[in-house]
Amino acid sequence: MATQLAEPEASSQASPESVVIRFAGDSGDGMQLTGGQFTLSTALSGNDLATFPDFPAEIRAPQGTLFGVSAFQINFGSTEIDTAGDAPDVLVAMNPAALKTNVGALKPGGLIIADSGEFTKRNLEKAHYAASPLEDGSLAKWQLLAFDISAQTLESVKPFGLGNKEALRCKNMWTLGLALWMFDRDRQPLVDWLNAKFRKNPVLAEANIAALNAGHAYGETAELSGSLHKVHLDPVEAPAGLYRTISGAEAVALGLVMGAKLADLQMFFGGYPITPASSILHYLATMKEFGVTTFQAEDEIAAIASAIGASYAGHLGVTSSSGPGIALKGEAMGLAVMTELPLVIVNSQRGGPSTGLPTKTEQSDLYQAVYGRNGDTPMPVIAARSPGDAFECAIEACRIATQYMTPVILLTDGYIANAAEPWKVPDPAAYAPFPARFLTTRNGPDGNLLPYARDEKGARPWIKPGTPGLMHRIGGIEKNPGTGNLDYSPAAHQAMTDARKAKVDGVAKGIPAQEVTLGEERGKLAVVGWGSTFGPIHQAVRRARGRGLDVSHIHVRHIWPLPENLGDLLRGYERILVPEMNTGQFKTVLRDQFLVDAKPYNKTSGQPFTIAEIEAAIEGALA
Amino acid sequence: MNDMTPIGVTTTLKDWESDQEVRWCPGCGDYAILKAVQRTLPEIGADPAKTVFVSGIGCSSRFPYYVESYGFHTIHGRAPAVATGIKLSNPELDIWLITGDGDGMSIGGNHTMHLIRRNLNCQIMLFNNEIYGLTKGQYSPTSRLGTTSPTTPLGSVDRPASPCAFALGAGARFIARGFDVSKHLPEVLKAAHAHKGAAFIEIFQNCIVYNKDRFEDFAAPKGAEDRQLWLKHGEPMLFGSEKTGGIKGIALDHENLCLKVVDVVDRDWQAAKVIVHDVTNRSVAHMLVELPFGAFPMALGVIYDDPRPTYEDALLGQDATAREGKDTSLAHLLAKGQTWTVED
Repeated sequence: MATQLAEPEASSQASPESVVIRFAGDSGDGMQLTGGQFTLSTALSGNDLATFPDFPAEIRAPQGTLFGVSAFQINFGSTEIDTAGDAPDVLVAMNPAALKTNVGALKPGGLIIADSGEFTKRNLEKAHYAASPLEDGSLAKWQLLAFDISAQTLESVKPFGLGNKEALRCKNMWTLGLALWMFDRDRQPLVDWLNAKFRKNPVLAEANIAALNAGHAYGETAELSGSLHKVHLDPVEAPAGLYRTISGAEAVALGLVMGAKLADLQMFFGGYPITPASSILHYLATMKEFGVTTFQAEDEIAAIASAIGASYAGHLGVTSSSGPGIALKGEAMGLAVMTELPLVIVNSQRGGPSTGLPTKTEQSDLYQAVYGRNGDTPMPVIAARSPGDAFECAIEACRIATQYMTPVILLTDGYIANAAEPWKVPDPAAYAPFPARFLTTRNGPDGNLLPYARDEKGARPWIKPGTPGLMHRIGGIEKNPGTGNLDYSPAAHQAMTDARKAKVDGVAKGIPAQEVTLGEERGKLAVVGWGSTFGPIHQAVRRARGRGLDVSHIHVRHIWPLPENLGDLLRGYERILVPEMNTGQFKTVLRDQFLVDAKPYNKTSGQPFTIAEIEAAIEGALA
Repeated sequence: MNDMTPIGVTTTLKDWESDQEVRWCPGCGDYAILKAVQRTLPEIGADPAKTVFVSGIGCSSRFPYYVESYGFHTIHGRAPAVATGIKLSNPELDIWLITGDGDGMSIGGNHTMHLIRRNLNCQIMLFNNEIYGLTKGQYSPTSRLGTTSPTTPLGSVDRPASPCAFALGAGARFIARGFDVSKHLPEVLKAAHAHKGAAFIEIFQNCIVYNKDRFEDFAAPKGAEDRQLWLKHGEPMLFGSEKTGGIKGIALDHENLCLKVVDVVDRDWQAAKVIVHDVTNRSVAHMLVELPFGAFPMALGVIYDDPRPTYEDALLGQDATAREGKDTSLAHLLAKGQTWTVED
């Protein structure tokens, strides 16, 4: 099924339950920072939210160009928010290029706030505008509010004697001030943050605060003009407790720390810089006191090989990367499968193949995760559905890895890694420990050592080098079942291949049965998703059900092995629709495993699904 | 001295022989190296439980199976990275890295470089037979120019890499050379073990099937004294004998800033200005590893030995300092940053 990009919704709500705002500017304009701070103040005001940072692969692309535009979208409201929103209600465009690349997504009737000071002849040319869109009437279907933010900012920071360039850097704070006014937000947390950030340069702190206040004050006065109005969103109904915002990368890091703790192990993290996975390594590098050792290796292969070495020595080895880096780790994953050592491999997927789209999201590494190694090399694969869920999934990956003596792949993606959502801070005491056990005495029937003897789960014993009397040799070469000694015999390879497969298949016995996320356990249509498509699928199914359609949402966390009841569950529906940000990978797995007629719905534009796209696909599937 | 050396563990050569059948070709130089290692380990008081042999892929990399200690036969070229993870997780383990010219200089060249650069405390034994043995005789990155092999039927045209020069270039603080059947090999291994840090040992090894007697020009017993320069710290660099054409020495050619061979008359090496070997002299080490064989003898023994702080001490020390006095409550960690409370 071809992707149909959705028509923006035409309805505009008088008193909205949620608002989508997109900040867009040059990659040097500080849009990600503006978005991040707006997110924080939104969270502090008690709204639910979801964000979508969308930035170019270049660190500082040439100024004013279309490919240098960096955007940050946030959807927030007084109801449950699962996605970053389909179409923005408000677009803040800091220059012509930002307007050009983003205005198409804006809802009809939506509000454009543009910095007219940046709509110079040169900047218009760079954005390939023949005439200024602020003046030629081409933006007529939206509300336009254009004023010289640059000049306003310069004026507001004048007392601080900054150079022109430095003064203009405060533009994002001016814009943020205006946005805070629009949505009735408290400025104090921002002021505190600026004071802390510029502790060593109080003049810059004061200048930024002045710009923030000036933007806020502008809202008060501009209100008189009528184009701008204040919007108040009530806090969302949420379970009582302590909350914070969390990004997927942070959640993975915290989940790994938690998982290692529950396994009663020290963690060793071997990583190599790659977008969008590096931030996991950055977070863990600051968490040494939780028994974490981080190692920036010379390449992706060394990153995983060092983690395997660490697991061999009795730590919990972890490595992380994104698609191309995961490809490089493939052979070493085989070594971990063959030596049956615990290992967690996090793949923050991005658009592929090859270098692909480094900063954009995709789910196209599912085949790679499930099948992408030489030989019969089974490995458990789990996928996180949201930033908060990545915490739970990281713990689950640690549990499976250490309990079954196997490498485990945890799939997230660029969207989950960068996006933030409010997160109810969990109580560590609520998690059941799964302490790892090490062999300390010979385990054979006649006092010999059997490093490849198996427990009831099919797992072999974990033996730390350094343990007296248990010296033995392991390696990537085929081995004798039991002694682990080199053994190429037909019987040994058959037995070991079977044992490795049976062990990983058996993981399914220790995972929860698949539940229906929303809807009934049988019916006309099941929409089956995995990973970060959770938000748009969930909202689309909710809306479709609201219109009386017989559709249910099933979201799968355990990709391999699949939950034991999933086949029967799927057979209870007349039709199955599998939306994925790839060309149909999970669909193929479901067809193969259950012989069900799963139909694909695919998108590979580097952008998440919109709710409207999935709604349209649901209607198409039921037609 | 290596302060990780276990003291007082008494073993014999037999204790270091595993129950596995050795599967190298009869007459392979690897047998002699295995024996030299099994002879050395009892002498340094090594503890089998705390000794780990880590290897990559190739004939040499089967080595760990034959030593009664912990052993990890990893994947092609990656043993240095696996060893790094092991050592950082348990610095008490004594790690012997076994690699070859293909494994360590070709597919794993990158890891070899970084292991040496970081100065992880371990012994790196690179078995150099100048050929790919296990894959049946293709030329390797150390094969001499013009080597004919299944992949270079007309002779190789690319110049060989010099493992010791490579290691020194990567920042090695210990460089030594030996060869499989040499009686001096255990001494070299002992010196490498005593060095705290990455100790790089190139061992010329005879592949009797695909590159037979490649090193006979200097390793043959006959004429050995003329073709082998055994280096000893504090002793003059002398070779040759009265019987074979006189005692010779290595001196510095001041004009050209290189080494030269000088005749030593009446054993007066000082008059001939023969250099006294100083294992801490890095400049001379560079010259020694680059000496062209033929015009010069083959430099063997401990060429360079000047320890620097190890990687694991630096990294784990930094981690330990970072942990001092830190709050290790997971509940606090999870609730970090700006939080808000939703009331009932």
